[in-house]
Amino acid sequence: MEEYGGGNLLSEAMGSGPRVVVVEDCVEAPAAFVLHLLLKRALAGGGAVALLALAQPFSHYDRVLRKMGCNLSLHRKNGRLHFFDLQAFPGGPKGGAICDAFFRLYGDIQRVVDANRIAEHAGQFTVMIDDVSLLEVAAHGSIDDVLDFLHYCVTLTSEMNCSLVVLIHEDIYSSERVGLLLHLRYIADLVIRAAPLSTGLATDVHGQVSSFPLLVALANIMMRVGVLHL
Amino acid sequence: MAAAGASGGQTIGRSSFSRVAVSTAASSSTSAGVKLGPNGAAFVSSGIPDLDRILGGGFLLGSVVMVMEDSDAPHHLLLLRSFMAQGVVHKQPLLFAGPMKEPRLFLGTLPAPVASSKEDGRQRVMGAGTSSDGRTSDEALRIAWQYKKYFGEDKTSHAEHKNNKQEFSNDFDLRKSLERHLLNSQNIECVSTQDGDTLGELQDRCSTFLSKHLRKDGGNLNAGRIAIQSLCAPQCGYFEKDWDMVSFIRSLKAMVRSSNVVAVITFPNAILSNSFCKRWHHLADTLLSIKAIPDEDKDLAKLLTGYQDMVGFLHVHKVAQTNSQVPVILEASTFSLKLRKRRSLVLERLNQAPVDGSAGPSHAASGSCSSSSQGSQLDF
Repeated sequence: MEEYGGGNLLSEAMGSGPRVVVVEDCVEAPAAFVLHLLLKRALAGGGAVALLALAQPFSHYDRVLRKMGCNLSLHRKNGRLHFFDLQAFPGGPKGGAICDAFFRLYGDIQRVVDANRIAEHAGQFTVMIDDVSLLEVAAHGSIDDVLDFLHYCVTLTSEMNCSLVVLIHEDIYSSERVGLLLHLRYIADLVIRAAPLSTGLATDVHGQVSSFPLLVALANIMMRVGVLHL
Repeated sequence: MAAAGASGGQTIGRSSFSRVAVSTAASSSTSAGVKLGPNGAAFVSSGIPDLDRILGGGFLLGSVVMVMEDSDAPHHLLLLRSFMAQGVVHKQPLLFAGPMKEPRLFLGTLPAPVASSKEDGRQRVMGAGTSSDGRTSDEALRIAWQYKKYFGEDKTSHAEHKNNKQEFSNDFDLRKSLERHLLNSQNIECVSTQDGDTLGELQDRCSTFLSKHLRKDGGNLNAGRIAIQSLCAPQCGYFEKDWDMVSFIRSLKAMVRSSNVVAVITFPNAILSNSFCKRWHHLADTLLSIKAIPDEDKDLAKLLTGYQDMVGFLHVHKVAQTNSQVPVILEASTFSLKLRKRRSLVLERLNQAPVDGSAGPSHAASGSCSSSSQGSQLDF
């Protein structure tokens, strides 16, 4: 991981083993790469991952992670990666209530987590959502259903000893509907935020990543992890 | 540019060298109008050779391109028409949707490709560097502040474009319209977005269109194009159904991703609320914005060379990247949109005009100051 500059900075931030990690980004500085790093980290540590992919198809993640030295197809075959292709979520016939779709989805995740717990050498289980803003679109703007779903996922972390990683596009919520973002920040143990450099583009530095461990943030200390080189 | 960026960013990548070999080997089996790039990417031309070059090869197959319209001028139609005309020329299936009663009439306004035989021949004789009339006359007057125009690499890429232009991209003559027989023989579908109260019909048409172009492993790359004009325009029946529109784009994106189709959507971003606008931006794979420039802006005319030929600015916000997390970093993100010989579109980097020689050093300093503030103004 060290060869990917920033990887060790990220692991420093992840050092305390946060349960809920919220990754925030904006149009100018997409933070999908943070998810890739965390995905690799979760799988490399011997754990299992349930990836709720709303933004990209499997081939994309597979290709990106293969370049980072992590074979997703293999992990998927071994049952360590549970890939939920939710690009067409909720799908099916129109008119079915969205909360039912969320309920079914949660049931699937819970089953996977359960199975992982029973398995012999069970490591840490991570539920990863890419991204929540699209979950909201899938729910047709019904923020309550999304919050309910997220709440269930958070309960998983305490009951089943797993962690939750969530990507959210922060700039959508800058003016309206701040509820979802505030809620996520509230439940987060660690917030990682990608932002463009205020000085504009540079050839090798594309932005900065800051992380706010919220346990510490209670004491009102904000820790900047540093500029991350891709 | 993507290839350059990728190789630059992947100094630590392990498999990047094998990728190139694969793509060159496979390139022989592609159909006309499709170009293969790194990371399993395939491109089709946007219809504007300069834009293809800027975006690192063209529009990525399986991506959604969004163009933010200028609220005062229909310059986005220049992009849309070029994109559609290029598809027609390559005999690629096309689905067009627009907020008008008779969308098929819009096809009559598509530009025709520049008669390549005469033009190309002449240009080849004159050499690659003298591709435009402006450049021919300027050739003798190389002045330091414009040196970027004469970069060697720029010339070679231009020359390269000339060579495979026949297959990949054409220059279009905006004054001539495309020949009728091309439009009639094509499988071109048109949908009006004005009538329906919901996006259901458009969605159905898109999904039937896309189901014909599903991506098959190792299959031939027959590209299709979807062009949607002013998706959220007030005259559309579903206007102000914000969630419907975002869901539509999301499902369109999901379908497009698994097919060999490029969807270009233009939208008047000014009428969307701020947060929905950001949602649209996030949903776009490639995000461009077009801005017209006022006719008589004296300050701007002083600052930029070639101001009188410019019709607008093109800003590149986002460049599509699938199967890779290496971002494409452009040398510049704002380009001037010019009409060469009043008929074909070219994109150029902004060139700062020289400060008046007679003005003296103090003036020069103030000139550079104002130019930097101007730069932020242009940064729409």
